[in-house]
Amino acid sequence: MSYPSEFLYTKDHEWVRLEGETATIGITDYAQKELGDIVFVELPKVGDHLKAAEPLGAIESVKAVSDVFAPISGTVEAINAQLQDKPEIVNSDPHGEGWLIRVRVADPKETERLMTADAYEAYLHQTQAH
Amino acid sequence: MKSRVRTARPHVNQNEALIFERSTPGKCGVDLPPLDVPSASPAEALGSLYRDGIEGFPEVSEVEVVRHFTRLSTWNYGVDTGIYPLGSCTMKYNPRLNEAVARLEGLATDHPYTPETLAQGCLQVLYQTAECLAEITGMDAVSLQPAAGAQGELTGILMIRAWLTERGNPRRYVLVPDSAHGTNPASVAISGYQALPLKSNERGCLDLRELSEAMTDEVAALMLTNPNTLGIFEAQIQEMAALVHARGGLVYMDGANMNALVGVARPADFGVDVMHLNLHKTFTTPHGGGGPGSGPVAVKKFLEPYLPSPVVERSSDGSIRLNHDRPKSIGRVRAFYGNFGMAVRALAYILANGPEGLRQTTEDAVLNANYVLARLRDVYDLPYPPPCMHECVLSDRRQAARGVRTGDIAKRLIDYGFHPYTTSFPLIVPGAMMIEPTESASKEELDEFIAALRSIAEEIEEDASFVLQAPHTTRVSRLDEATAARKPILRWNPSPRS
Repeated sequence: MSYPSEFLYTKDHEWVRLEGETATIGITDYAQKELGDIVFVELPKVGDHLKAAEPLGAIESVKAVSDVFAPISGTVEAINAQLQDKPEIVNSDPHGEGWLIRVRVADPKETERLMTADAYEAYLHQTQAH
Repeated sequence: MKSRVRTARPHVNQNEALIFERSTPGKCGVDLPPLDVPSASPAEALGSLYRDGIEGFPEVSEVEVVRHFTRLSTWNYGVDTGIYPLGSCTMKYNPRLNEAVARLEGLATDHPYTPETLAQGCLQVLYQTAECLAEITGMDAVSLQPAAGAQGELTGILMIRAWLTERGNPRRYVLVPDSAHGTNPASVAISGYQALPLKSNERGCLDLRELSEAMTDEVAALMLTNPNTLGIFEAQIQEMAALVHARGGLVYMDGANMNALVGVARPADFGVDVMHLNLHKTFTTPHGGGGPGSGPVAVKKFLEPYLPSPVVERSSDGSIRLNHDRPKSIGRVRAFYGNFGMAVRALAYILANGPEGLRQTTEDAVLNANYVLARLRDVYDLPYPPPCMHECVLSDRRQAARGVRTGDIAKRLIDYGFHPYTTSFPLIVPGAMMIEPTESASKEELDEFIAALRSIAEEIEEDASFVLQAPHTTRVSRLDEATAARKPILRWNPSPRS
């Protein structure tokens, strides 16, 4: 699976899609592969304030429970409710139907710290070569 | 499976119904003698509380019960059936001598409320076990109370907190390397601290510069496993300890990997202030389902007042007593004095081996791990350079190119009659294969294990899908772990009788 060029990425393997002041957040294809079959997704509540680099929720797979970190600060506007019953969507379509939350971005400048698709793929290459 | 590879044993391939499903209405396992007292009516005596049976309760004969559970026991794999190379677990042989000693009448049957004057033998066992563990670690005092390693961690961090609090500031953080056991950050959190992760460097060790940056005056302690979970000795431990101490913090050592050090190096000598031991790992007491565990905590003198209460002491007249008058103690962490039977077994092991024997145990464990590493590194990737200590960590990087991951290789290993190694841990190695042979494995058994893993590497080159479908010889093969976790069925329900 390729990494969409219109997304921005974190070193913790989250992606962000910016549309105006709204950002959609999910985990990358690499992350879902490493996690394996996902069995539970814990998300924040609508209206919660998120701070960049702090956990926004957790994803439980058959292998492990992993925190998901907020790529940017903001207020939660929507969560992907269908993940409650069908967490496997994060495995099958991590960059699309498997999105986690939408937030209203608090500080657009924070996106400068995120990686482009090319930079993220180079980062993955480097991580795996290790 | 390659015919030239000897398997350790065939897997028993048979199915077994549940004991409930073996039930026949009216069958009874016991034949009671005729009543020699007047018959009473339970329905009359109990009124509305009376019931005349338990729904779904199995009705089986004695021999059916014995055979059912004996058959189930043959499916088990334990340290008595073969090499158990589960990394980070030290699944070594539990000598029969331990069991013989633990069953001595005075030790096995004494009640914990026996008056001290009549329990001097048991108290002597506790006192002497603690003394031996203090000598082995170089520490000044030991509590045998904690029931397992994680409880030992909690006890140790709570003592650090008590000591710092008394000095005016408990501080906020505990530094935990990213290679640590998951219990470390958990114990830190339960103790009211926040865990700050430290990244390992390219040699798989903690980085002194990284530690220096993180070690502020708000850090209570460094919590370190040595050797670490990559099986590598943190050679800069003395510099690290000096740095932590200079900034007012303490050093906690997770002693899970003590099987690499006993009789060779003492943690107290390299700067550790408090640590736990796992008697069920290093000191041959039963591990896992056969437990219970035991996680004694050892401390330097300045932390002694904080040990869990009571402590075992020798009085001036030579008798041993339990001292409950411990105003600074963090309190009791376990009923009575911990899992006493484990102290008996550990002491039997320590005394049977003696100092020379314990040292040889350590050297053999390290030699075995390095032998496995040397014989496998040409077929499996080695992420961090050798030598290792008591365990080695390989990875599935080469096999992953063919879609075969560490868990698949482990499942195929079952077909060869071996218990799998630890998969996917430590987390800093993608596709980790963590192997701890312990000193219990002979060279012949190690060679069989190595041959199995080499054969699996060849199989992956020839036909990866065959390995991906393993195990092939067990009663059940690939289980649907995802559905089991997503839609768990948490108990068996009796189906209506036909």
